[in-house]
Amino acid sequence: MANLVSSIQFADPYFSVLLLLIIAVGMSVGFVFLSQALGPRKYDRIKYSVYECGVDPFTSASVRVSVKFYLVALLFLLFDLETAFLYPWAVLFRDLGLFGFIEMTIFVGILLVGLVYAWKKGALDWQ
Amino acid sequence: MAPISIDAAALLTSVQSIVPEIIVVATAIFVLLLDLAISEEKKHLLCGMGLLGIGVALFSVYALGQGRIEGFSGMIVHDGMGAFFDVVILSACALTFLMATGYSEWEGTHKGEFYSLILLSTSGMMFMAKGTDLMTVFLGLETLSIPIYVLVGFHRNRMSSLEGALKYFLLGAFASGFLLYGIALIYAVTGTTKIPVLATMLYDPRILASPLFLAGTGLLLVGFAFKVSLVPFHMWTPDAYEGAPTVVTAFMSAAVKAAAFAALIRVLLVALPGMQPVLWKVLWGLAVLTMTVGNLSALVQNNVKRLLAYSSIAHAGYILVGLVSGDVLGGQASLFYLLVYAFMNMGAFGVVMLIAQKEDEGYDIANLAGIGFKYPALGALLTLFLISLGGIPPTAGFVGKFYLFSAAVKNGYIWLAVIGVLNSAASIYYYLRMVVYMYMVTPDVEVAVPRPPRILFSMALCASAVVVVVLGIIPRSVLEIAERSVLSLLM
Repeated sequence: MANLVSSIQFADPYFSVLLLLIIAVGMSVGFVFLSQALGPRKYDRIKYSVYECGVDPFTSASVRVSVKFYLVALLFLLFDLETAFLYPWAVLFRDLGLFGFIEMTIFVGILLVGLVYAWKKGALDWQ
Repeated sequence: MAPISIDAAALLTSVQSIVPEIIVVATAIFVLLLDLAISEEKKHLLCGMGLLGIGVALFSVYALGQGRIEGFSGMIVHDGMGAFFDVVILSACALTFLMATGYSEWEGTHKGEFYSLILLSTSGMMFMAKGTDLMTVFLGLETLSIPIYVLVGFHRNRMSSLEGALKYFLLGAFASGFLLYGIALIYAVTGTTKIPVLATMLYDPRILASPLFLAGTGLLLVGFAFKVSLVPFHMWTPDAYEGAPTVVTAFMSAAVKAAAFAALIRVLLVALPGMQPVLWKVLWGLAVLTMTVGNLSALVQNNVKRLLAYSSIAHAGYILVGLVSGDVLGGQASLFYLLVYAFMNMGAFGVVMLIAQKEDEGYDIANLAGIGFKYPALGALLTLFLISLGGIPPTAGFVGKFYLFSAAVKNGYIWLAVIGVLNSAASIYYYLRMVVYMYMVTPDVEVAVPRPPRILFSMALCASAVVVVVLGIIPRSVLEIAERSVLSLLM
């Protein structure tokens, strides 16, 4: 055991990633087993019923969702990604200067074309 | 933190190295916006604008020449090879647009998205062909694939179209995963994704022997093999080709194949020459398997689109023959064949599109009966493209195959060449079967009436025919360009 511990290279830059991985997997798996081990066990009808915010389910869960929701989800994805890129740029705005500004304008401009297109095609009308 | 300095000169060179791609992307965006602004009856303008953009992009490739321009700190390079494939891909794209003028009118694909997606996919292909970093290659692959998935399913009311799109998408997503995993493993061993740097890494025998590196190379090959549809990664091809709108099928068979082969050639010839002693066995096996399975399956097809799909699989095998040896001669032959194949295959699809009239219905081989004498021009054109695909002189297909197989013989892969020639002979059966149907079979019902082609459509067919004939008679200059392109790669 001591040999194993000493063979791990703590200085390795990827060690923290490994550590994070171990903690993340360990926590999620650990909680499942903990609740299995510590939780009281009562199996009855209610326990096996579908859980829906404490209310009795009144329809089947597998219904067809209107295609409009997918449109909204797609548009959300588009602008969510945009934000993901805008944040680091905003942090580095002063350092990147004019070059960064022009790059970002092109990027946002192309996304804007997407929005205009979706708008004109009626993707934003909830009808 | 110090401000990040941006070297204006380096930036300019970087932009310069991707001028054709910028033009194509700008055209795609413009076409998309134009679609919103113009009325229903002016939709043919979209196609015209697209063609104009492709023309300008082609001119920019010409203006950049074959000189080496590296951009974005070695992520992308415009060299002879990049220029060659830019021309092949842009030509295929131009032919697609020319044919789409008629097709869109018949099948109702006169939509901004349709043209825009083709252009965006084209830009991805060009990036893939010019990428000197595995990450650029991967990004190019994704940029080319996603619009193609959509285009395959463009006829969203037809089951076959949706089926093809779904199959292609699911398998394609897996293949992208394989490719990316391969890149990750190679990076884990060598610490780089740059293709030229990888080559120098391979002088280290420890890396060559590392199982991780072998696994990475294998996964990388699987990713590419899927995109160029090598057996046993070809399962999606017949369904996707059959289901897709026929213009898109033509585009896929020519341009996607060219782009994926471009990246494969770059990886094999630049990054992995050190692997050649091991790799040639794998490539040899893939080439033989692809040629044989492709041709044997094509023998029994009665649907013209499926037949051409299997023939395109077989052709991927022929092209791979040139890459087995990993030398200039073979690479040059592969490049030449990719160019020729783009024109002859798109030409064949173009004629078939006119004769078939309607998606899903007119693609039975019996539909060709009697066409030959009643519509001599169409019959002659299809015959020309088919004998070129079969590799009969004096067409460009013959010259291409001749150089591919002679490169294999010169490098000592005699059996590979023998199997290739035998396969080519078998393929003549199913190509000539179509010709026989056109000229010698009396139709049961009346002869199918082809659609009258638009002027632009006829232009596309004539241009393909001219290329097939001219390169069949005087291939020297283009072969020299192909040779210089491969040499530019190895510098």
